[in-house]
Amino acid sequence: MEWDWAFVIQILPTLIEGAKITILATVLGYILAAIVGLAIAIVRRSKNKLISRPMGFVAEFIRGTPLLVQLYFIFYVLPDLGLTLSPLVAGVIGLGLHYGTYTAEVYRAGIDNVARGQWEAAKACNLNAWQTWTQVILPQALPPMIPALANYFIAMFKETPLLSAITVLELMNQARSIANYNYRYIEPITLVGAFFLVISLISVVGLRWLERRYGRID
Amino acid sequence: MGQWAGYLQLILDGAVVTIKLTLMGSALALVMAFLAGLGRLSRFAPVRWLATAYIEFFRGTSIFVQLFWAYFVLPLFGFTLTPLQAGVLALGLNVGAYAAEVVRGAIKSIGKEQYEACTALNFNRWQGLRHVILPQAFVLMLPTFGNNAIELLKASAVVSLISLSDMTFQAQVVRAQTGSTLFPFLTILILYFAIACVISFAIRGLERHLTRGLDGIRS
Repeated sequence: MEWDWAFVIQILPTLIEGAKITILATVLGYILAAIVGLAIAIVRRSKNKLISRPMGFVAEFIRGTPLLVQLYFIFYVLPDLGLTLSPLVAGVIGLGLHYGTYTAEVYRAGIDNVARGQWEAAKACNLNAWQTWTQVILPQALPPMIPALANYFIAMFKETPLLSAITVLELMNQARSIANYNYRYIEPITLVGAFFLVISLISVVGLRWLERRYGRID
Repeated sequence: MGQWAGYLQLILDGAVVTIKLTLMGSALALVMAFLAGLGRLSRFAPVRWLATAYIEFFRGTSIFVQLFWAYFVLPLFGFTLTPLQAGVLALGLNVGAYAAEVVRGAIKSIGKEQYEACTALNFNRWQGLRHVILPQAFVLMLPTFGNNAIELLKASAVVSLISLSDMTFQAQVVRAQTGSTLFPFLTILILYFAIACVISFAIRGLERHLTRGLDGIRS
């Protein structure tokens, strides 16, 4: 089968529509993952074992099961329990929860890396828990985490094609519907692959820059 | 209750496919990891380039796209694959690319004195790698290999989308037949988690086995 450039030009606008949804889902999913991850990391540090243990198990469970199945769970099971979500919202929640368990580990490592003296100093200055976190610990813990967090951003971006399984019209789904409609697979699927490859290669360069900028341990 | 037993059997049939896929995919991934990981450390520049191109390509595109490419586009070039072959190929090559970086990192972390010892013993490159470097590096790779195997298990769920009847596919069948959503999806979530636990347990056991008697020698 031949590569057909005219067909490529013809399908490009549809693919760009899909790419917009892909990027939207990635950005929203990541914002959620960043928040969920921080919440998990803080809850797991709780001194009360009745809170930290179950949270740890839930995080392990989410990390040990496939994102696709979790998406199905959110998309098909929750409506039976009375909570109907649009496909995109379900997808964003799925991505956010799944990657939240990964970012939680990054936060945990970053928080553990803050020297004990900083906690003691915060206590000596009579700061309460909220002030300690927002004014002493997090400002020091966050910058070294940035490269690892960016890494998961890229990883999540590459998982967004899974959203097509719950009928989100993102890039992969657009490509599949074009392929099924015209019965030509080679151009749409290859273009999607090329799109992901180009974005990933660019983001690798960006990641190296972030590592140089923030990743130094001194 | 009787009807659920039948549906559970269906899901367990899918679990067998998932396990088969995970084992075969992991075997391919292991081979690719060593080929590409050692390739990146080769003395010959073209081998290094080839290995780097493979790693960047498979890490840079999503597993889902690779699977669809293997299943729908490769036949157009004359390679027709069954869903199982396409699944094993895509999973193995994808995870192999991630694991190749693990192989490279572990080999590079072996101290210089070990290489000097190889030279002192008059080992050639292959002998040094086989008898001195790899036995030490492999222990370092194991925990990350375990994580990679779990990633592969999780990624294997996407093969349900190319009509391979794995666990996720069977859960969809049960959902379509019964209209029940909680039972099939909760069941497979638990089964996936159980398989992941078995993998990490097995890797920890293997690690203990391989490091037996090394306490105090390894830092």
